[in-house]
Amino acid sequence: MGVHSCRHNLTIEMNENHHISFSVRRVLAIATNTLIDLTRQKVFYFVLIFALSLIGSSVFMARFSFQQEFQILKDVALGAMSIFTSLLAIIATARLIPQDVEDRTVYTILAKPVPRFEYVLGRLAGVLLLLAISTLIMSVMFLVVLYGREQAVLHETARQMSSLPHEQLEDALRAVRSSALNIDILPGIGLIFVKACLLASLTLFVSTFATTNIFAIVVMVVVYFIGHLQATAREYWLQQSNLGWLKRAFLALVALTFPDLQAFNLVDDIVAGAAIPLTLFLNVAGLGVFYIAIYTLLAAVVFYGKEL
Amino acid sequence: MTRFLLSLLLLIGFGAAKLPFERKLSAQDRSALGGHWRGGAFDFDLREQAGQFGCIAALSGFRSIVADVLFLQAHVAWEKTQWGRVFLLLSGVTTLQPRSILFWDMAAWHIAWNASTAALNDQTEPRLALRIKAQREYFALGKDLLERGIRNNPEAPRLYESLARLYKEKYHDHERASEFFAKAAALPGAASYDQRFYAYELSYVEGRERKAYELLLRLYHAGEKQRAPTLVSRLKFLEDKLGVARDQRISDENR
Repeated sequence: MGVHSCRHNLTIEMNENHHISFSVRRVLAIATNTLIDLTRQKVFYFVLIFALSLIGSSVFMARFSFQQEFQILKDVALGAMSIFTSLLAIIATARLIPQDVEDRTVYTILAKPVPRFEYVLGRLAGVLLLLAISTLIMSVMFLVVLYGREQAVLHETARQMSSLPHEQLEDALRAVRSSALNIDILPGIGLIFVKACLLASLTLFVSTFATTNIFAIVVMVVVYFIGHLQATAREYWLQQSNLGWLKRAFLALVALTFPDLQAFNLVDDIVAGAAIPLTLFLNVAGLGVFYIAIYTLLAAVVFYGKEL
Repeated sequence: MTRFLLSLLLLIGFGAAKLPFERKLSAQDRSALGGHWRGGAFDFDLREQAGQFGCIAALSGFRSIVADVLFLQAHVAWEKTQWGRVFLLLSGVTTLQPRSILFWDMAAWHIAWNASTAALNDQTEPRLALRIKAQREYFALGKDLLERGIRNNPEAPRLYESLARLYKEKYHDHERASEFFAKAAALPGAASYDQRFYAYELSYVEGRERKAYELLLRLYHAGEKQRAPTLVSRLKFLEDKLGVARDQRISDENR
């Protein structure tokens, strides 16, 4: 069904755009088709249901003081968002190219002719749309849970402290509100999305030379772990002068070839109460966009040379 | 193969180009986090506290979730009064989330208040001297947690306040207590009572009565809201002790 719809869309595109070297509409057609195809996969719903269940259940995980409760709720919910968007980015992207080669869809699309770069870009854009939708759904769920719990705690506090002077009651309610939703959380969620997009583009790059999706997933899991230690390797390489050449070469390789995924985990510190300047958010997001552009370009370079 | 090597070279070239930006970002990040660096903020004692899986998870970007899980485990250990385990787990929690004021405060409270009281009332140890020794050790551990918490979060009035309380209630050291209440009061976001508590504690310190009196009097004149019963009684006490002239004393209505 998905393949037929893609062929149909592309045929219309071909008729309308007679061999234009780059067409946004062709890319959009591939992206839409990819999104439709992915949303028909059961794995997408499983991952989303698990994520939503975890975010929803975070409210029952701890009943301590309201500060502890809100901190744990936010940590668990944002952690779940981070894990599941990353997982979704890797799983959804890893299967795209190997699957298209296996069921020969890629030949039909490229024979239209669609330039390979457009194909890569369209496939990635489809995954990014899926990630945007998932992040949005998870964010809404998280905000609803947090708001619901905040209202419950406010109501409980107002009832418990009803006999105290109005000023003390207001102080207590203000403390509850300030512990619940911190506005910095929203750009923090934005960075979770950027990190997932980065992982999707990197997975696409890996899948251009991978023969199976399992291989791409395994490589990406390793990259994910190493990426979180890249900053440690980088600082060690640049700051320690008494290392042997082998160690230095290894650290340099890690620092130069892996992305710094730790830089995108700002939500940990936001939940802990650290004030993060907007410029830092923007710089990290900028780094993320830069990574995505480079990995997409590399994916296109390798895909151009791939024998189909 | 050629394209693969070309892309590898491009990847390394891009890696070299991004390095200065990543380092700048890391420095900016560290400065926003009060000197912390997210990439390598914890030592490898964490392996003992979080377990192998927890340690890997913590190093893989799930630091806050691992900290929460350890905190929940510490809570269970606290309910079972396993104090050694409580301390070990809470040390892990604070190592993982050094910017969370709540964790430092809770850890110090469990150790300096709960564990120390349990140690003093430990029925399995018949010798009082050893029970007192154990109690003092828990005070010291709680104090150390708060001091480390302050080093990690020098802008947090709550931790200075907790340390002041520890000096006041456990060490009965009013001078140190007043010092930390004063530090808390000087910070933005401090509780309105920190200034009063600073003055109360100072009023117990030999040789500092004059300063305490001036502070209390200033607070007394600041308005009705500051005239708490303790403030009035400490002010009266100091008036008597310092021999303040009758016409300069506060109204007797407040006695």
